[in-house]
Amino acid sequence: MAITGLLPDFLVTKLDYLANLTRKHSLWPMPFATACCGIELMATASSRYDIARFGSEAMRFSPRQCDLMIVAGRVVMKMVPVMQRIWLQMPEPKWCISMGACASSGGVFDAYATVQGIDRFIPVDVYVPGCPPRPEQLIRAVLDIQEKIQRTGTIDAREFAARSSYEGPTSLAREIGPEEAIVAPGDFTTATRLRSLKMTNDPPMTRQ
Amino acid sequence: MAAYLDTLTARFPGAFTTSEFRGDRRVIVAADKAPAVLLGLLRCLKEECGFDFLCDVAGVDYLNYPGAADRYGVVYALTNTTTGGRVFVKAFANDPDPVLPSAVPLWQGADWLEREVYDMYGVRFDGHPDLRRILMPSEFTAYPLRKDYPLRGLGERHNFPTITRAES
Repeated sequence: MAITGLLPDFLVTKLDYLANLTRKHSLWPMPFATACCGIELMATASSRYDIARFGSEAMRFSPRQCDLMIVAGRVVMKMVPVMQRIWLQMPEPKWCISMGACASSGGVFDAYATVQGIDRFIPVDVYVPGCPPRPEQLIRAVLDIQEKIQRTGTIDAREFAARSSYEGPTSLAREIGPEEAIVAPGDFTTATRLRSLKMTNDPPMTRQ
Repeated sequence: MAAYLDTLTARFPGAFTTSEFRGDRRVIVAADKAPAVLLGLLRCLKEECGFDFLCDVAGVDYLNYPGAADRYGVVYALTNTTTGGRVFVKAFANDPDPVLPSAVPLWQGADWLEREVYDMYGVRFDGHPDLRRILMPSEFTAYPLRKDYPLRGLGERHNFPTITRAES
């Protein structure tokens, strides 16, 4: 009205564009923080790094109120059903950031109880490398999520229906190779794991 | 020779051996004697020798250990709260059914400690009021700290359903 002359009389756009524009600037993260990455996540939300500049500062601890799950830290096999339940409880549309080396690949924790990447069990949109990642890297991930929403989002979230197949690593069958299924380390005296170890001729140690 | 060792020798002759490491005395009970002797020995240490505090219960797997005679060791770390003296009781158990008497009748604090040893090594404790897994999920079937268990497990860590984006 008052700015008649500056703007054209009407604009033509797509509803998808408008929905994406509003959604991407109003992300509500669900902080699924299980380890030290959670500390960086808190730093990202605090005033120095200030994730609020990108419209995603409204962290809620109920999955019902969130649309961006940030898995920050290692996930053990006892936590996988909890993580999946929280993911299923979040309303659509929703996205997931796998923050840090442990959540993305297991990191250094290649042990019997640690999941080697959460993308084997829930869909992940953006991975953040680092151990732990700097807050700037998490902000970069949020910006990537925003770009992904703007490019692929639809107002009725129909783009998710196309993602009906498994998106994780394909190496599930290569879980334990025969040479990796190691058992007791042979040499307790030097604490090494030599495979061609001759034990029989060693003098027996006296039992303490 | 400490006075409590005289008491133990008089009460349980031939049931244990001792050794010392950096000033800490160890009382070692072999697997063939442990089920009958261990609880009485711990009770004697607690009630007659003043070792009234159970610091820790830990498990060890001596598979392929040079010179080891028995497989599973369970270490009870006892402290005398009056003198500050310590003694370590190491009892052994063997396959196929490693079982030791529970120390819960003596120390209530042994409850979770023995559950952890059971969870990690599969050593059962006879007389334990609630012998369940404490760290691993209850559907876990292996004992992960045994030396013949692979470091990366037997695939339990990935035995979960996958949720795809379309169905969530």
